[in-house]
Amino acid sequence: MTTLTDAPKVTFRLSMLIYDTRYRSMTIQVVALMGFMLLAAWLINNTLTNLATLGKPIDFGFFTDPAGYDINQRLLDYNSRDTHLRASLLGLLNTLVVAVLGCITATIIGVLVGVLRLSNNWLIARIMTVYVEMFRNVPVLLWIVLAMAIMIESLPAPKAFRGDNATASMDLFDSVAVTNRGVYLPEALFSRGLGNVHVFGDSSLRFDVSRDLMAILIVLGASIFAIRWNNRRAHEIQDATGERPTTWHFTFGLLVVPTGVLLALLGFHFGYPELGGYNFKGGTHLRNSLIALWLALSLYTAAFIAEIVRGGILAISQGQSEAAGALGLRQNRIMGLVVLPQALRVIIPPLISNYLNLTKNSSLAIAVGYMDITGTLGGITMNQTGRELECILLLMLVYLTISLSISGVMNWYNNKVKLVER
Amino acid sequence: MTDTSFVRHDMLPEQAPPATSVGLLGWLRKNLFSGWVNSILTVISLGFIAYALAGLLPWVFQSVWVADSLKECREIMAATWGETHGHACWGVIRERWLQLMFGFYPPEMYWRPILAFVLLLAAIAPVLFPGAPRQLLYVTAIYPFLLPWLMWGGTIWGPVLVAAGLAIGYLVHRFLKPIIGGLFALIAAVAAALIWWLFLVGPISGALSSALPIGIESVISRNFGGFMLSILIGVVAIGVSLPIGIVLALGRQSDLLIVKALCVGFIEFIRGVPLITLLFVASTLLNIFLPPGTNFDIILRVIIMVTLFASAYMAEVIRGGLAALPRGQYEGADSLGLDYWQAQRLIIMPQALKISIPGIVSTFIGVFKDTVLVMIIGLMDPLGLATAIRADAAWNGIYWELFAFIAFLFFIFCFSMSRYSMYLERRLRTDHS
Repeated sequence: MTTLTDAPKVTFRLSMLIYDTRYRSMTIQVVALMGFMLLAAWLINNTLTNLATLGKPIDFGFFTDPAGYDINQRLLDYNSRDTHLRASLLGLLNTLVVAVLGCITATIIGVLVGVLRLSNNWLIARIMTVYVEMFRNVPVLLWIVLAMAIMIESLPAPKAFRGDNATASMDLFDSVAVTNRGVYLPEALFSRGLGNVHVFGDSSLRFDVSRDLMAILIVLGASIFAIRWNNRRAHEIQDATGERPTTWHFTFGLLVVPTGVLLALLGFHFGYPELGGYNFKGGTHLRNSLIALWLALSLYTAAFIAEIVRGGILAISQGQSEAAGALGLRQNRIMGLVVLPQALRVIIPPLISNYLNLTKNSSLAIAVGYMDITGTLGGITMNQTGRELECILLLMLVYLTISLSISGVMNWYNNKVKLVER
Repeated sequence: MTDTSFVRHDMLPEQAPPATSVGLLGWLRKNLFSGWVNSILTVISLGFIAYALAGLLPWVFQSVWVADSLKECREIMAATWGETHGHACWGVIRERWLQLMFGFYPPEMYWRPILAFVLLLAAIAPVLFPGAPRQLLYVTAIYPFLLPWLMWGGTIWGPVLVAAGLAIGYLVHRFLKPIIGGLFALIAAVAAALIWWLFLVGPISGALSSALPIGIESVISRNFGGFMLSILIGVVAIGVSLPIGIVLALGRQSDLLIVKALCVGFIEFIRGVPLITLLFVASTLLNIFLPPGTNFDIILRVIIMVTLFASAYMAEVIRGGLAALPRGQYEGADSLGLDYWQAQRLIIMPQALKISIPGIVSTFIGVFKDTVLVMIIGLMDPLGLATAIRADAAWNGIYWELFAFIAFLFFIFCFSMSRYSMYLERRLRTDHS
């Protein structure tokens, strides 16, 4: 006789937390979380104890104290009575300046070198290989320090430009002076300018907006809008009749005439650097620290970008361009419609991560005395106030924000160009 | 019917190809002068190379080797070639090369870093090349304990007792496993080793070294410098970051939410900040984070930070390799009944690591190059020494020679690493193309 019994009821035992796969992952996670929290609590406890012993409780009040040091390369006005907050802000702007300049030049050089490395010309390809290997295998800090040393030691001092038998002379029709203190460029001036708008009054975040620049940008924007409208119209006519009306004179005229008239109205002219006293006066002064950093970061990153571009182009199989040729596309259309869109999908993500590297490497500015955020907030401000914890944490936070925004852009782009797969 | 035929019956003999498409001439036509654009580029490149060599060759080879200052160099140049520029002054390298190599390490103990370097080569040879004798693996095993002893000196009992901790852990695991099961035995082993390292090594080592003083003279960290320092930081960071990176990558790929969140947070944080901020942490903040009164070596602090930095990058490279493996490999491992660690060890990791070799090696190269950043927090790496030498009155104004020398040494190390990765890729290739 058989009796049906219920399956033996499994009661929960403690050992199942380890040996039963249903519960084990939970156990591991709880243990990991507890371990992490213990570690964090231990670190925070140590920190608080140490800070209490040192008599420095966490306090960001020092940001409103006057900084008292000079920032020689700056975008906004600044004097030594300004606060540490403003010094850090100017440092951040300097970081962004060198990062943007570096990214632009690195891309131009990198694409050029990458394409030339694939050239049929054996000699050119070899020269580019030497360039890439030379820059990739030597620390970027060495290039930065070397560029700075070259600028200081080998360029003429401003006093070499003086006198009747000057040993140095200005370049480009006496408009650019390359000296060991930096490069002096002509600056844009407006004799009938509209002045500036002061934003945020007298606070640490104050900045000026040039009305002249705004006016020029508005006019340019309107011109570009009109040009696009005209091009669209030309497309419609082409679609309807097969004849494309010529647009280039309209485009050219719109681009040049309104802006030119506006510039003439504002009294636009260049202010040239001139030798006065022991140094050049007037013009825009790019300090040699900025130039050295910019040059070294661009050349170094360009070597990496060149490899990415080369890899991206090689990744597109020959069959793609042959198929496009079989469809009757011409060479430039093949490049523009078939090869480049696919190659860009391969190129852009590592390219952006190299931009990120360049931005992070710009923190090496501190080695040549360029006042970026590391030099202000993480350098002089930290040493003056003795607030290591606050300064370094904020510095990390700033870089983290920049990095995460750049990777956010990258993820957005990746999702946009992702191959649609079933 | 005549015998006339208009078809040739016998083959013509082969003719030599035209002289313009073979040999040197053909190669030149194909690679350098295939069209007018190419020809112009070739001529420009030749001009550039000629210009570069015209400046470089006299600079390198017609140079001054024996001089005690830049001024003396210039005088010798003016006397010999009638000009003060365009010739290298290698005198600075001749005078300071030992310093650039070893920093301020006591000269009578140079044999120790040299021996450490030679042993390093012996220790990594069996890992890098399958042809190397297998007995060298013993060197590899003891090297992690030998290296700090050789570099910093002191009593031999410290490293011996630290190594003994591993043996203790192993023995505990071995004896407890039949009694309380594998997992608990593992926990007990780790606990025993930790207790040994944290609480017992110090006193026992002190007692042993006073009873039986075997040791070599110790060298303080402030005297470390030059390429020795770069290689030391680089080697430790490279060696330790690979396993940590693997663990982090597995954590990031895991299904366990909290573990994954912790790993992602760590990796993204480290990758989001520049190394220099982490070095600032090492030089100023680490003492604040640790219990009051802790004060350990600056080089050790820097090594820890560089290692953490490298691990995060390594984790991302290995994650790329893991993601590139086809899903079927994971499913195949599951269907064989392998558990997680067996599947990782036998199926997943060998393939994932093979895919990520180029990335791993370029991370290694990056770490090695980044070791020069320690100059900014005041350690005497080659660049820091170069700055010091340039500030010296005798050599004030010299730069090309110093930086060329340092760049050349870095180039040799990094370039050989990248060549090795290519060799490794070729060796491990299993497809038939």
